[in-house]
Amino acid sequence: MSESVENVIETEELTKVFNKNLTAVDHVSFSVKQGEIFGFLGPNGAGKTTTINMLITILKPTEGRASVLGFDIVKQNNEVRNVIGVVPQEYTADEDLTGLENILLCAYLYGIPRDVAKERAMELLKLVELTDFKDKKVQTYSGGMRRRLELACGLINRPKVLFLDEPTLGLDVQTRTATWNYIRKLKKEFGMTLFMTTHYLEEADALCDRIAIIDHGKIVVIGTPEELKHSLGGDIITLNIKENADVSGLISSVEHVKEVKNEDGSYRIKAEYGEITAPFIIEALRKKGYTVTKLSMTEPTLNEVYLEYTGKSMRDTEESHEAFRAHRMTMRRARA
Amino acid sequence: MSKPNEHHPKKFHGLWALTNRELKKWLNEPVILLMAVLQPIIWMGLFGKAMNLGNMFSSSNFNLNMPDITFYYPPASGNITIPGSVLSPIFQNMFSNIGPTVMQKIFGVTDYFSYMSVGMISFIVLFTTMFSGMSIVWDRRLGFLNKVLSTPVSRAAIIFSKVLNASLRAMFQATIILILAVVFGLQVSSTFTPLNILLLYAAIFLLCLGLSSVFLALALRSTKWETQMAIVNLINLPLMFASNTFFPISQMPDWIQAIARVNPISYLTDAIRQLTVYQLDISSLMFDFAFLGIFAVVFSIIGILLSWKYLTK
Repeated sequence: MSESVENVIETEELTKVFNKNLTAVDHVSFSVKQGEIFGFLGPNGAGKTTTINMLITILKPTEGRASVLGFDIVKQNNEVRNVIGVVPQEYTADEDLTGLENILLCAYLYGIPRDVAKERAMELLKLVELTDFKDKKVQTYSGGMRRRLELACGLINRPKVLFLDEPTLGLDVQTRTATWNYIRKLKKEFGMTLFMTTHYLEEADALCDRIAIIDHGKIVVIGTPEELKHSLGGDIITLNIKENADVSGLISSVEHVKEVKNEDGSYRIKAEYGEITAPFIIEALRKKGYTVTKLSMTEPTLNEVYLEYTGKSMRDTEESHEAFRAHRMTMRRARA
Repeated sequence: MSKPNEHHPKKFHGLWALTNRELKKWLNEPVILLMAVLQPIIWMGLFGKAMNLGNMFSSSNFNLNMPDITFYYPPASGNITIPGSVLSPIFQNMFSNIGPTVMQKIFGVTDYFSYMSVGMISFIVLFTTMFSGMSIVWDRRLGFLNKVLSTPVSRAAIIFSKVLNASLRAMFQATIILILAVVFGLQVSSTFTPLNILLLYAAIFLLCLGLSSVFLALALRSTKWETQMAIVNLINLPLMFASNTFFPISQMPDWIQAIARVNPISYLTDAIRQLTVYQLDISSLMFDFAFLGIFAVVFSIIGILLSWKYLTK
């Protein structure tokens, strides 16, 4: 057991080609540090799930290598399976069985003996607040309850790394926030490392310590949400002046201002460290006798980052028939 | 929570957990269970009882109107005429037992019901194994298969749990059919002993092993369950009729005989008949078992190799 590895997940030029012509994941390299929440952000069909499936050893990479906790995902796949937990995109719990039976089934798949399994199952049911429903069949569960049950199943072997594939797909806002809280709790209380995929920008922003934006199977950029937003060139300052003159040149000369656009007398300024730069702009304008009448500042959202790097907002992409169906089924059951 | 999973799955632990899931699902569904009982009742009742072949050939079903027979009889130096009305009952009586005799010669038993109801066991085994492989299509589509694959449970356990489940279901149904058949008038032969039941289960298990492995592999590879349904529907009835399940092979045209002689269903049916309604012939029974054994080994290896390749892609 390699306890001391700092990077819990490491990949090098990880590649998956389907049917010899469809490159789902294209030479992807990244590493995930101990105890962080690492997010894969990208549109449907960008290669997120394929990457996760390789890391959880159910797909073999075509090229490149990857390791989880120091174990090679191909050569030591069974060791990897033992130390990871997986919360898949779909609701995989068996509808005909009760919540408790489902968790116990997961436990037995990890070879956990009956008495230990029961004890842990009760513990986990309490954690995800399903104790009252443990003897009800899963078909009576709501989307949020199903997601929590999946979470409990993924934790049964006390994993060091938890993989979450689209953990809040199809959930309503309230349930989504509740799910986020569980995820934060796992990181905080158990020091677990989490690897998640999402195509919700606000989710990546709210949860992840670091984000990799992936598009067409390639990682476009990796960084903390702050870094990514920052990389856009800072904040957007919008200001108006009383006088009827073009002051674009003047504003540009202020330090940290990167770009100025005059839109019918309203200036849209891209500037680093907006909150510090804004007073300097006002000062510079005042010195030349202009009066600022209105000023507002917005920090860039991840949405703008996303747009910048992928060249598009969330788009519908072509998916395989099967993936589409699975997706639809998850959505339907989430709303049930 | 800090300690990682210190347990390592034993092979049978995972196999049993997965099989248990399938059985629980099955037993939780009373309608399916009821259907499993009703289906053979309907078939045996309608097909087995309606097709009363033995009685069809009894002389009461045809009227012998013998003409008067006149022949020259020298001692009486003249013709003697025996009236038809005298001859008819004699011949009628002679043929009165022809049905059972023909049945015994061709079918090996005197009544068609005994012949057919035992064949029903093969019929059910075929249906159950073919369809149960399909549950893996659902497991895959619902993502359950991927989840199981991400756990350290052995890949062989995943495949074998399905095969085992199919076999257990088929054996359960076979038991019901056998009990019902006896209730409805199945005549067991004098060589029948309770020990034969165990051999009967063994024969069923062998066929299930081979068939369900192949259908499991097929199911894993077809992306749509509709495709699998179409394949199953296309081949199961022809496979039934090109065997000795409903009619004896000896009366079939050569080309059907050729199929029936390599059809494993024929060997299961024969083995079951040897063990229940026939006068036991040890050498034919051994041949049946040998054939079923080879079939099971060859086809389960093919099936498992194909599934394995898919599961470790």
